[in-house]
Amino acid sequence: METVKDLLIILISSSLVSNVVLSQFLGLCPFLGVSKKTETAAGMGAAIIFVITISSLVAAAIYQFMLVPLHIEYLQTIVFILVIAALVQFVEMFLKKFIPSLYQSLGIYLPLITTNCAVLGVALTNVTKQYGILKSVVNGFATAVGFTISIVILAGLREKMAYNDVPESFQGMPIVLITAGLMAIAFCGFSGLL
Amino acid sequence: MSEIKSRLVNGLFKENPTFVLMLGMCPTLAVTTSAINGLGMGLTTMVVLALSNMIISLLRNIIPDKVRIPAFIVIIASFVTMMELLLEGFLPSLYDALGIYIPLIVVNCIILGRAEAYASKNPVLPSLFDGIGMGLGFSFALTCIGAVRELIGSGKVFGFSVMPSSYMPCAIFVMAPGAFFVLAALTAVQNKIKIAGEKKGKDMSKIGSGCSEDCMNCGEEGCGRRKFYDTDA
Repeated sequence: METVKDLLIILISSSLVSNVVLSQFLGLCPFLGVSKKTETAAGMGAAIIFVITISSLVAAAIYQFMLVPLHIEYLQTIVFILVIAALVQFVEMFLKKFIPSLYQSLGIYLPLITTNCAVLGVALTNVTKQYGILKSVVNGFATAVGFTISIVILAGLREKMAYNDVPESFQGMPIVLITAGLMAIAFCGFSGLL
Repeated sequence: MSEIKSRLVNGLFKENPTFVLMLGMCPTLAVTTSAINGLGMGLTTMVVLALSNMIISLLRNIIPDKVRIPAFIVIIASFVTMMELLLEGFLPSLYDALGIYIPLIVVNCIILGRAEAYASKNPVLPSLFDGIGMGLGFSFALTCIGAVRELIGSGKVFGFSVMPSSYMPCAIFVMAPGAFFVLAALTAVQNKIKIAGEKKGKDMSKIGSGCSEDCMNCGEEGCGRRKFYDTDA
């Protein structure tokens, strides 16, 4: 039986201690690309939370009820990437049709997420760590929350940084990467939590 | 022959995926904790890239345009799965060191980018060597970055101590933050070259931004076009 304690540990470790961007380097593209404004960063974060939580549920269910009984676990990479691509498209169509207000705010971010390595990475991590369906969903949610925390913080820092006098060669990407590196050092501090 | 040579030179230097195009940053940062890991990741990617380029080029007239990206992904994922099983069987130490980043080669933008930009439009032999050239360029870049991080972080290169014993290793460089710092230095150098070149009036548009500016309007091959099912928009 999965105890609440286990789930809490997963929640903290996936969102803070081994942060998906700052210690595992997954989902770097949106992290660096969509972090100019806090609002868009938060929108991207919300879309990621939405997609990763659903996709970890679906991927875990498919793994447990289809791949394991058929003994074709080695096909997980192919199956997961296709399921995720189809799922994101389906979610987008569903939102467009039934919850247009949510689609308005998340819609533009969804196409960017399909081949995002964080989504596939979470699904694969769940299998590697032998999480059941409930733990997979919690892990997916926590990972995505970790992503949102870091992208919103980075966006906040970048908004302030726009007024700074950065050396010519360091403008743009380099200074953002240095900021991310400093954030990664700060997040190392969370390793004492567990 | 000259075409084969030009593809190899192109991948290694002119359009080096890491140093010039700035593609595939996730594995670049994650696995370059040592030179040997970087090399292993680079060569694994190279095999996948060369074989998938070859197959995609063979099938380029058969795959319908609308479903080409899903088709490419299935081909790439198949080769990645093969490489994963081979590594698990024959190089278990490398398999353990690279871990989850082996299956994640599927979503490496270099591979999909080359499939889109080159293999789907060109004959088999140049595509194969384009893949090998790009793969060698990627391996070269990852090995260099890995060597720098290993040297600063633990005073070794390829596991051999090269620094004098009085050297105090700066362990942060083999940890996560070090990856960001090394990449920041790299992109700063790249910026410097780009700015200097532009001042001389050269065309430096080839040097990629790594989609750093804005993912949503990214015009780079295989990156902005990743919105594959968004065909009606």
